[in-house]
Amino acid sequence: MNRQARKYFFIPYTLWLGFFVFIPMALIVYQSFFNIQGEFTLENFITYFTSSTYLSMTLNSIVFALLITVFTFLISYPTAYFLTQAKNKQLWLLLLILPTWINILLKAYAFIGLLSQDGSINEFLAFVGIGRQQLLFTNLSFLFVATYIEIPFMILPIFNAIDEISPSYISASKDLGANQWETFRRIIFPLSMSGVRSGVQAVFIPSLSLFMLTRLIGGNRVITLGTAIEQHFLVTQNWGMGSTIGVVLIVAMFITMRITREKKKGRHKE
Amino acid sequence: MKKKSLKLSNLYLLLVFFLLYAPILYLIFYSFNEGGTMNEFTGFTWEHYGAVFEDTRLIRIALDTLRIALLSSLFATTIGTLGAIGIYFVRKYKAQQALLSMNNILLVSPDVIIGASFLILFTVVGFRLGFLSVLLSHIAFSIPIVVLMVLPKLQEMNDAMITAARDLGANSWQVLTKIILPSITPGILAGFFMAFTYSLDDFAVTFFVTGNGFSTLSVEIYSRARQGVSLEINALSTLLFLVALFLVIGYYFIQRNQQSKKLLTKNQARVVSTR
Repeated sequence: MNRQARKYFFIPYTLWLGFFVFIPMALIVYQSFFNIQGEFTLENFITYFTSSTYLSMTLNSIVFALLITVFTFLISYPTAYFLTQAKNKQLWLLLLILPTWINILLKAYAFIGLLSQDGSINEFLAFVGIGRQQLLFTNLSFLFVATYIEIPFMILPIFNAIDEISPSYISASKDLGANQWETFRRIIFPLSMSGVRSGVQAVFIPSLSLFMLTRLIGGNRVITLGTAIEQHFLVTQNWGMGSTIGVVLIVAMFITMRITREKKKGRHKE
Repeated sequence: MKKKSLKLSNLYLLLVFFLLYAPILYLIFYSFNEGGTMNEFTGFTWEHYGAVFEDTRLIRIALDTLRIALLSSLFATTIGTLGAIGIYFVRKYKAQQALLSMNNILLVSPDVIIGASFLILFTVVGFRLGFLSVLLSHIAFSIPIVVLMVLPKLQEMNDAMITAARDLGANSWQVLTKIILPSITPGILAGFFMAFTYSLDDFAVTFFVTGNGFSTLSVEIYSRARQGVSLEINALSTLLFLVALFLVIGYYFIQRNQQSKKLLTKNQARVVSTR
């Protein structure tokens, strides 16, 4: 293809980059400098960083996201590891990933039924003698359902990382006298860290911004950064403050990506 | 010893498998419940499925959702494929990497940010919220996924074929339609599939830009779920589960017809990990 034609083919994509990537991001930053009266000011940022409500909400949101990430990791890592050892691992993988194709709202809705006052889990608790508990609209239920939803997103990258480890490393380790645990601790786990990093990225950032679950499952007890943004935009109509929290969320996203970034191996020299 | 640990690991996998599917099966099971709640199964009935098909509002919303998904994935696939070709032909490594990072911004951004920023955009421009704003948003957030699915196929393509075609007098249009597009078709199909499911599944972005008159299934389920349990939603979710199953099986077959199966699963990992 010549240069001229290539340029024409590229126009729609560049337009998209401009209008739907850069301008919206710029707009959210711009909007964060306007108060609810529409005056240009730093008020929102000052309010945010001096108000104990906003700061504790942010801290809460981060703690919840961390907990969700840790729980997801604890369940997903063994799953991914056992998966690489299983027969028909591709089929298993497909089956474990399949739930991610099901609308998240429906999964949340299922838990409303499961966790409700007369739901199956309470039936079970009553049956084993623990007795009925308030399950829905608690912090615990939010953690539980969020973890449930994020598990497949953690399994997949870890599985791929472990699956890529060359079997010769493992034989070498065994030949040199390492037992299974040592092989795991010294070879497999360190080599799977790239998968863990992308898994953490895939779970932590969305967990900061979940807003539908906080309402349906958490009963508005848990306020995440995402809930706060949604409230400001769609309920109180204070777009300036909403955008300010949005900017905080974007910064949090960059920090997370920076921390979980793959260490440069110096392969692509320029 | 080895045998036993193998069995334990299988047990663990089965347990995780069960946990992941239990809520979905639970929904489906109670969609046949005569009793009208999700607690006690009193008898078998198709009545809730009947209710879904008689609910004209729900049917209209389902058709709208499908229309948005089809249109947005068609547009996103076209723009994304051309974009991927454009990025591929950028010869400077640094510039190419920069373009790719820009491409991925919407993939890593939380939904809330995308929704809120698009809402500001539409309001600033004075665009009315409704079908078109939802369609444009869906096209916008699906494009980067298409690019990521198409790009590896371009890298696998044999560049000599393009040079040969040009030497033999093909013009740019012919090079595009006769050489490039045929060799990247699997990537385009995968991209279309991903865009389609992204659109069907989206809740957060749509919730921000939908306005009053227009709704998609996700938004509708949300507002109904807030009012409590209704087995009509269960029946609907069974139907949607079947659609998802059907799509995944279709995708699996597209994937199987290629030699490089490994590559696609890897892509999925990147896709999912950058959601």
